Amino acid sequence: MDFASFLIQTLNSLQYGLLLFLVASGLTLVFGIMGIINLAHGSFYMIGAYLAFVLASLTGNLFAAIALGIPLALLFGAFLEWALFSHLYKRDHLEQVLLTYGLILIFEEVRSLLVGDEVHGVDIPAVFSASIQLSEVLSYPVYRLVISAVCIVLAVALYFVIQRTRLGMMIRAGNHDRVMVEALGININMIYRVVFALGVALAALAGMLAAPISSVFPNMGSHVLIISFVIVVIGGIGSVWGALVAALVIGFADTFGKVLVPELSGMVVYLVMAAVLLWRPEGIFKKG
Amino acid sequence: MSNMLLEAKELHTYYGASHILHGIDFHIRQGEGIALMGRNGMGKTTLIKSMLGIVRPRHGRILVRGDDFTRAPTYRTVQRGIAYVPEGRGIFPNLSVRENLQMAARAGVDGQREWTFDRVMATFPRLGERINNGGWQLSGGEQQMLTIGRALMTNPDLLILDEATEGLAPLIALEIWRIVKEIRKTGIATMIVDKNHSAVTSICDRAMILVKGEVVFDGSSEQVREDPGLIQKHLGV
Repeated sequence: MDFASFLIQTLNSLQYGLLLFLVASGLTLVFGIMGIINLAHGSFYMIGAYLAFVLASLTGNLFAAIALGIPLALLFGAFLEWALFSHLYKRDHLEQVLLTYGLILIFEEVRSLLVGDEVHGVDIPAVFSASIQLSEVLSYPVYRLVISAVCIVLAVALYFVIQRTRLGMMIRAGNHDRVMVEALGININMIYRVVFALGVALAALAGMLAAPISSVFPNMGSHVLIISFVIVVIGGIGSVWGALVAALVIGFADTFGKVLVPELSGMVVYLVMAAVLLWRPEGIFKKG
Repeated sequence: MSNMLLEAKELHTYYGASHILHGIDFHIRQGEGIALMGRNGMGKTTLIKSMLGIVRPRHGRILVRGDDFTRAPTYRTVQRGIAYVPEGRGIFPNLSVRENLQMAARAGVDGQREWTFDRVMATFPRLGERINNGGWQLSGGEQQMLTIGRALMTNPDLLILDEATEGLAPLIALEIWRIVKEIRKTGIATMIVDKNHSAVTSICDRAMILVKGEVVFDGSSEQVREDPGLIQKHLGV
């Protein structure tokens, strides 16, 4: 592998890993803090991608689509938490899995009715449609760098909110003992709603950002869901930093696995998970 | 308007099929100190949790400052000026000492902010030395100081301490009692559960004894101290 292609694969790994982090961070927070296994989390990624497709067709601009899509996703998340998920906190995992699996079917059916089952493309915004020439034959699209940059900014913002703000302290405290948080006069249900809506918006944003490079197609959330659960397990349930590290590990393992050992490419991610779990059964970062 | 802070009327609480509280009446006024006494399993913690809505009583009413809070969520009840230090302390081990305190900070019911971060630091110098440590790194005594400090950060009118010195070394327990006395002097009402009968009855002016979920004694602490038979009968092991 020459340097230019190595550089391209490295950038691809980063971009893929960071995008997965957006999805997995919400999943791990909802799992760790509220104790909910949300199989429908991948659907938010799918919904985000379709929102980007529909809104970009209407407005003619991906930026406008994202600007509209994020508040819609937040509202949708808050509504879902209020209407459905808030009733799941005291239920066992089987009931959570039943409801959230049912939601996947409903979301896909509604998607099919509204937008159809064809594969759609979303145009890369003209400002970012250029490529950077790395060698005579290899170049790297600017849009992928933009995705990575946006994800890095969001990861830093998330770090700031969780580590430096009172809301973040309450979220982390709720991860440990929700009754005690409430006994200090804090409306833990409102915190749950905010966290859930945030998780939905991050997953949807990942779908919106990915739409131009992956195109938009039915069931696109299911692969992302499985990989996100792998990331949550590797990183440690409830740990956002674990999710970041694990997402990057998976990004590199998957990307370089496909290049270096193409015959094993489907397995590399799971081999990494097995290895991490043998080494640290609770994930790289413990809950907290 | 009376100066009643927290009242329970005819409280019946169950855990599944077992009937824990049998029609308990309770009240505490502004500035009052109550020692809640009784052997293990007599319903002391359940009474506290029922009044705060952490456990839902099946019958009875809960009033906070005269208003009905029977069905209110816990956070609304405690926002009316109640701070709760649970058995086992309930610090957040994954937060630093500073964060444990900061996350709880709020003004009291009348907007008072007498208990600031600095005042809590002055009251518990030991916590100052540990300010950036994680909650999980504290000793039992430091943890208890942190939970009491955290409770004070909410500027409460009523402080509830369940098993105030359980599991602490005698010298550390003495330090906790000294601090609780200081807090009592500021006029904060306190409700204390502890195995050390002489300490709680000297700090609190009123005592209440529970036996099998019923109130068998409600009177002055002096009476309890001067009647060894009472302690022998209801509290002796």
